[in-house]
Amino acid sequence: MHIVVCIKQVPDTKIIKINPKTNTLDRRSAPAILNPYDAHAVQEAVNIKKELGKGHISVISMGPPPATDIIKKSVEIGADEGYLITDRAFAGADTLATSYALSKGLEKIAKARPIDMIICGKQAIDGDTGQVGPGIARRLDIPPVTNVLEVLEVNEKERTVLVKRKTSGGYEIVQAELPCLLTVEKEVNEIEYAPLPNMIKAARYEPVIWTVNDFEGVDRTKLGLKGSPTVVGKMFTPPRPEGGKKLEGTADEQVKQVIDIMLERKELFFVK
Amino acid sequence: MKSAMPEKFDVIVVGAGPAGTACAYTCAKNGLKVLQIERGEYPGSKNVMGGVLYRKQLEEIIPEFWKEAPLERPIVEQNFWLMDKNSVVKFGYKGLEWGEEPYNNFTVLRAKFDQWFAQKAVEQGSLLINETVVKECIVENGKVVGVRTDRPDGDVYADVVVLADGVNSLLAKQLGFRKELRPDEVALAVMEVINLPKEKINDRFNVNDNQGCTIEIFGDSTKGNLGTAFIYTNKDSINIGVGTTLSSMIKSKMKPYDLLDQLKNHPMVSPLLEGGESAEYLAHLIPEGGYNSVPKVVGNGVVVVGDAAQLVNAIHREGSNMAMASGRMAAEAIIKAKERNDFSEAGLSSYRDALYESFIIKDLQKYKDAAHTFEENPQYFQYYLPMLNKAMSEFFTVDGVPKKDKQKEMMKMLTGEKGKLNVIKDIYRAWKAVK
Ligand SMILES: Cc1cc2nc3c(=O)[nH]c(=O)nc-3n(C[C@H](O)[C@H](O)[C@H](O)COP(=O)(O)OP(=O)(O)OC[C@H]3O[C@@H](n4cnc5c(N)ncnc54)[C@H](O)[C@@H]3O)c2cc1C
Repeated sequence: MHIVVCIKQVPDTKIIKINPKTNTLDRRSAPAILNPYDAHAVQEAVNIKKELGKGHISVISMGPPPATDIIKKSVEIGADEGYLITDRAFAGADTLATSYALSKGLEKIAKARPIDMIICGKQAIDGDTGQVGPGIARRLDIPPVTNVLEVLEVNEKERTVLVKRKTSGGYEIVQAELPCLLTVEKEVNEIEYAPLPNMIKAARYEPVIWTVNDFEGVDRTKLGLKGSPTVVGKMFTPPRPEGGKKLEGTADEQVKQVIDIMLERKELFFVK
Repeated sequence: MKSAMPEKFDVIVVGAGPAGTACAYTCAKNGLKVLQIERGEYPGSKNVMGGVLYRKQLEEIIPEFWKEAPLERPIVEQNFWLMDKNSVVKFGYKGLEWGEEPYNNFTVLRAKFDQWFAQKAVEQGSLLINETVVKECIVENGKVVGVRTDRPDGDVYADVVVLADGVNSLLAKQLGFRKELRPDEVALAVMEVINLPKEKINDRFNVNDNQGCTIEIFGDSTKGNLGTAFIYTNKDSINIGVGTTLSSMIKSKMKPYDLLDQLKNHPMVSPLLEGGESAEYLAHLIPEGGYNSVPKVVGNGVVVVGDAAQLVNAIHREGSNMAMASGRMAAEAIIKAKERNDFSEAGLSSYRDALYESFIIKDLQKYKDAAHTFEENPQYFQYYLPMLNKAMSEFFTVDGVPKKDKQKEMMKMLTGEKGKLNVIKDIYRAWKAVK
């Protein structure tokens, strides 16, 4: 079973600052991390390999050279190897161009070792679009199974995978034929504390780097900014939720005001 | 997945502070197979230092490092402040020769610096693993043969384990190399990084873009506790901190962050910080026991370097340089041991010899009584320092009193109720402690 996981390096949006003038993310203000959903995707590949007792896990990313860090991180979690597609020609890609470039990379990987399953995170936390996974599946003409909450069974003989996927009202159990592409939610697993041998392997690991020249028959008009029809109309920071009312006066006065408000809004005490 | 036989390295270095990295770098550069293990998210993520990095000891490891290391400012001015409640006596030295290559010392932010330094060791071939805690040394037949980490399949083996795990080295304690630190052997320091625009720093400290300034503050900065405070200029931030021995803090029932708060609000200090934005708050222990606290530093298959060996000269706030120098000396001993394939205590003993012949132990020996002298004789900070401030005030005040009478008055102030003889005794004692 050859599982390939698509991963992205993202700024840690928990701490990132927004440039007040341009309304864009100030990427220098936060460390770059492995997109959290993708970390779960790698872990899921590791879990499947463990469950089956054998298998091979590759990861692939498109991004600038420092993205080798997240490939190493994936090796820590348990990936066997990693590929980085990096070239100026890919810069400025939207989800359409990104899924094109990644599908080219995946085709190249598949030539050396056929792929049975692709796993992506549900979405990247810097763009939150969730389009790249399905975009890849469409281009490779394999079934996309999005929002996976749990992988119930991988049947190598029957070449099927059974998963539980999130729907707007609850969940559904879906079976798909291999090869297919899953995108996973965080609930799909717990990231495990990586074993020491993986850490040592990752410290040593040098990812395979591909530039645009490593791909045959690539349509350059579909790459990078040129291949990206997305137009960003406007960016804005959503207004902060308004804070509550601020009470003034002495402590006694403030206490009285609070009690008045509470009595006024009886629902606080579940009183009708 | 089955776990294969754990790997064996020539050297495992525990900790990626200046001591550990200096050792890993030197070993790797000489072709040894090195694994460096750091518990932080990345080297330096939790490491704390006032911020003065000395040129000499790093230059001996990486020549001309200043051309590429993430340094803040070369220091061209160093000051001492003897501070009272509403006054301060200042002296210092500013020399522009320090602003040119090869420089004297620099301010640094450790989170950046340690990361860079560790990366240099990686470039030499050392393997670095972060977010991994070494729980204990693996000891077989009286010899350290590896370490046990907190990770699954977490054992890893080596001919030599280097303990560079900092001031509170649990590993050295587990091996019985040292005892629990006494409160008078460590200082607790707290510091803050305060962001301030470069232009403001340049104005307030009277320096140019590429010039830094340090201030060591005695007296009211520690409210009579044994210790010092400091203010150092970075590119566009200021490090301000205060540290005092645990024992004196216990005695005076003061909390370190209260001291820092008072310092920041001190009328002599607050104008320097005005408008600054607090960016980071850090606390750390400093080994201050000096010579008498240095533990056993060599055992079978193991050496202890840097703060873990308590190698800090508190009087001169030198620590990182001693850490680097000791790390390098340990590496040189390991390289020799490897040639002879003898990693026993005897085989590694050239580290101990080098350490004891170097400036490190010589300096620690020189000041071995200083801390005690000052701790047991609080009059230096509590009595003389305010007196000196008063005397200087008298000296500079123009009030029609003849200078001769003024000098008499000043002498009286300094000797005051203590009497001349006692003062002479105190001066002699202080001189003996630091001579
Ligand atoms: C407030 C303050 C101001 C200072 N000012 C100066 C100054 O201006 N100039 C100067 O030269 N010195 C100064 N020092 C002293 C200097 O910081 C230290 O001497 C120096 O950092 C010692 O280096 P080290 O590598 O031995 O230890 P550390 O820098 O403490 O590094 C130890 C490393 O080991 C890691 N570690 C610990 N235990 C484990 C474990 N079990 N497993 C894995 N990793 C572990 C830690 O995370 C850390 O990265 C100052 C110290 C303080 C606290």
